[in-house]
Amino acid sequence: MSRMYDDFKRGFYDEHPIFRLVLGMCPTLAVTTSAINGIGMGLATTFVLVMSNLIVSLLRNLIPDKIRIPCYIVVIASFVTIVDLFMAAYFPPLHQALGIFIPLIVVNCLILGRAESFASQNPIPNALSDGFGMGLGFTWGLGVLGAVREILGAGSLFGIEIAAAFNPALLMILPPGAFLSLGLMVGLINWWDARQKDSPDVKEAASNG
Amino acid sequence: MGELLSIFIAAMLINNVVLIRFLGICPYLGVSQALSSAVGMGFAATFVMIISSMVTWVIQHFILVPFEIEFLQTVAFILVIATLVQFVEMFILKFSPSLYRALGVYLPLITTNCAIMGVALLNITDGYSFTQTISHALGAGAGFFLAIVLFAGIRERLARAEVPEPLEGMPIALVTAALMSMAFMGFAGFDITALFG
Repeated sequence: MSRMYDDFKRGFYDEHPIFRLVLGMCPTLAVTTSAINGIGMGLATTFVLVMSNLIVSLLRNLIPDKIRIPCYIVVIASFVTIVDLFMAAYFPPLHQALGIFIPLIVVNCLILGRAESFASQNPIPNALSDGFGMGLGFTWGLGVLGAVREILGAGSLFGIEIAAAFNPALLMILPPGAFLSLGLMVGLINWWDARQKDSPDVKEAASNG
Repeated sequence: MGELLSIFIAAMLINNVVLIRFLGICPYLGVSQALSSAVGMGFAATFVMIISSMVTWVIQHFILVPFEIEFLQTVAFILVIATLVQFVEMFILKFSPSLYRALGVYLPLITTNCAIMGVALLNITDGYSFTQTISHALGAGAGFFLAIVLFAGIRERLARAEVPEPLEGMPIALVTAALMSMAFMGFAGFDITALFG
């Protein structure tokens, strides 16, 4: 049980797919023009990741080693098609906003990476918790990045107007803003980690442990 | 001809695949530490992009549409691209070992390069004809090449620069990309139709 929790936590924070592994950069930068788009993309990716981890883990003893990558790609592409059709039917505006980045979930290196390095070597429960951890970690990363860009670039959050005190900088929702805000956020997390490592509490705990 | 040229220029500069459309960010950030490997990656990706755009266009218009199975687009395209990359790799190995030594290591990475798949999908959603598709793929490939080679040049200089510690590595690369993207946005003001009719 605790191993499953560790598998979840690893993706959710310790090895965060966006801020630490730097995987799945294309959707991260492209769709985070608003918090809603980011979260929608994150949840779609989570679904594909969890299902592909499940199937790959289920078939891990059946898939011949030599053709494993094409097999994983077919599994992933099938679930991407399901998500694509589902979103087109039930969330047309979101489907419109995410555009070609929904079919492009299939080439998100995060999903193939987890199938190859984790799900193909671990039993189903662990593969599922790894999928949920990585997927929800990816979702919160996209949500936060989307929220930051939406507040600074459009002066709103989840579509609700909040900025009265400053003029929103349109640049932040344009392409350069994506690179800039992600770069500064990764820098902020590095700074925070370095600070945590240097703080006396951690040093004491390390020397005691 | 003017129309094809304007598609080429628009794909290369105005809608640069990497800096404006955010396709192929993984190789852009991952294979841009040294200028020589960036050139190799740029050529390999452009080459595969042109071939895969032609093949996926044919598949879409001669197989998926006539049989009304467009919903299989994602599955069909990714399989075609993955197979094609393998095929190109074998072909180059057989016919030009020297080219293989230059591009070989980058070819497997290209399967998960979303620029290839993205351009193939854009050809379909934008409703391009076969010749327009070729011109669009050429322009997108040239744009990818331009972006990754320029970026590698900057990063080689950046490696020797003094950067605040938390920003070292990936963060400063992203900030650099932001500045490049800003520069490329300048092309958006460019009236392409006036230039080529």
